[in-house]
Amino acid sequence: MAIPENLKYTKEHEWMLIEGETATIGITNYAQGELGDVVFVDIDANLKELVAGEKFGVIEAVKTVSELYAPCSGKVLEINTELNGMPDRVNRDPYGAGWMIKVEITNPAELDNLLDSTGYGALIGD
Amino acid sequence: MHKIGELTIKKNKVVRVKQTKFYQAHKSLNAKIVEFAGYEMPIQYSSIIAEHKAVRSSVGVFDVSHMGQVFVKGANALSFIQKITVNDASKLFPGRVQYSAMCYEDGGMVDDLLVYCISSEEYLLVINASNISKDFDWMQKNNSDGIELINRSDDYSLMAIQGPYSQKVVEKYFDTTINLEYYHFTTSRKSGVDFIVSRTGYTGELGYELYFVSDESFALDLWKTIFEIGAEYGITPIGLGARDTLRLEMGFCLYGSEIDATTNPLEAGLGWITRLNKTGFIGKEALLTIKEKGLIRKLTPLTMEERMIPRHGYELTSVGIKAGSVTSGCLSPVLDKPIALAYIDMALLQAGEPLNFIIRGKEYPAKIVKLPFINA
Repeated sequence: MAIPENLKYTKEHEWMLIEGETATIGITNYAQGELGDVVFVDIDANLKELVAGEKFGVIEAVKTVSELYAPCSGKVLEINTELNGMPDRVNRDPYGAGWMIKVEITNPAELDNLLDSTGYGALIGD
Repeated sequence: MHKIGELTIKKNKVVRVKQTKFYQAHKSLNAKIVEFAGYEMPIQYSSIIAEHKAVRSSVGVFDVSHMGQVFVKGANALSFIQKITVNDASKLFPGRVQYSAMCYEDGGMVDDLLVYCISSEEYLLVINASNISKDFDWMQKNNSDGIELINRSDDYSLMAIQGPYSQKVVEKYFDTTINLEYYHFTTSRKSGVDFIVSRTGYTGELGYELYFVSDESFALDLWKTIFEIGAEYGITPIGLGARDTLRLEMGFCLYGSEIDATTNPLEAGLGWITRLNKTGFIGKEALLTIKEKGLIRKLTPLTMEERMIPRHGYELTSVGIKAGSVTSGCLSPVLDKPIALAYIDMALLQAGEPLNFIIRGKEYPAKIVKLPFINA
């Protein structure tokens, strides 16, 4: 699967779709491949805010558990509750139906630290 | 991940990572390869859950060539095996297999193993890959019976074929009917290669394990032929990841998780293979004392309502104090629920107070269930 050029990436293998002040966040295809079958995406339903660099959830895969780190600060707009019943969407469609959280970006300067698709490709040796 | 010829440093020893004779088959299937017990082994091909379900519903093929094989030969072979293992090998006859274990003097476990009776003077011991050199040293150290011990772990390949359609596949490959009861074996021959065909496995399903010594091209040809034969049943290659979830659904112990030198077979739920009335086996005195004093902890099957996975090393509490720790846990692909094995303090277990898993700092109620977790 190609690395979408319209997204931004973190070294923790998360992607962000930035549309104006809104960011949609998920994990990359590379990350889902390394994790294997995702069985549970645990994000607190009452989560109101993300703080850049801080933990905001957990992904349970069959063999391993992995933490989600906020790529930017923001007010939580929506959590993908569809993943509760269908966590395998993260594996099947990591850049689409497997999205995890939507936020309103509060500190756009933080976005400067993100990688573009070329930079992320170099990171994973693609 | 290690490539051909790469070296890893282990306990100050330089160890060359080995490959099984099926390695090229794994590579061409794009398996995810990990180093396990000094071998480059496939951990998964497609998805652990899909592979797991294929074994439960149709048939799966495992490369378990990393397992160790030690032949025990001599007039006193049986008395040697009786001394180093906890089960009663005198019940065996040619063609019969037995699950057993080796213990230290203090009752801690050297390894769990399978004992194959080839004849009254020849047995085959199948041991865990990560324990081969330790086990072989232990056997040699305790060989005062003039026994010939031959470690053929590097020579033998081992393919496990497991699942409801496994018998059809094995019968077609050998072009013969196979009427083997569980834990029995026979020998067969194909293209000049001798096989041990054993009705054993680590999945709880109908299944067979094929032991043979061959060159790489024979092994790869066997792999290819088995997959051609099994195509009509949806035969699937299975990695070590699904091997682990399959054995855990049955509650089978894994050396290094449930059992090791610090655990004894009684607390591990292996009392059924520990024949304390058998004369003079290593560890017997200690195990009798442990039994007499009562167990201090017990391996306990657990589940929970939340969709989380209690993993190896996670703690449990009861009435606010530490009650034990998880040895293995996964989301059961069949039940679609978390399952776990954990050692629980016997006094707390008998008190019958609620147990909690501690997962990322929070308590979640644990529920005690019965083994196997599923009805295979």
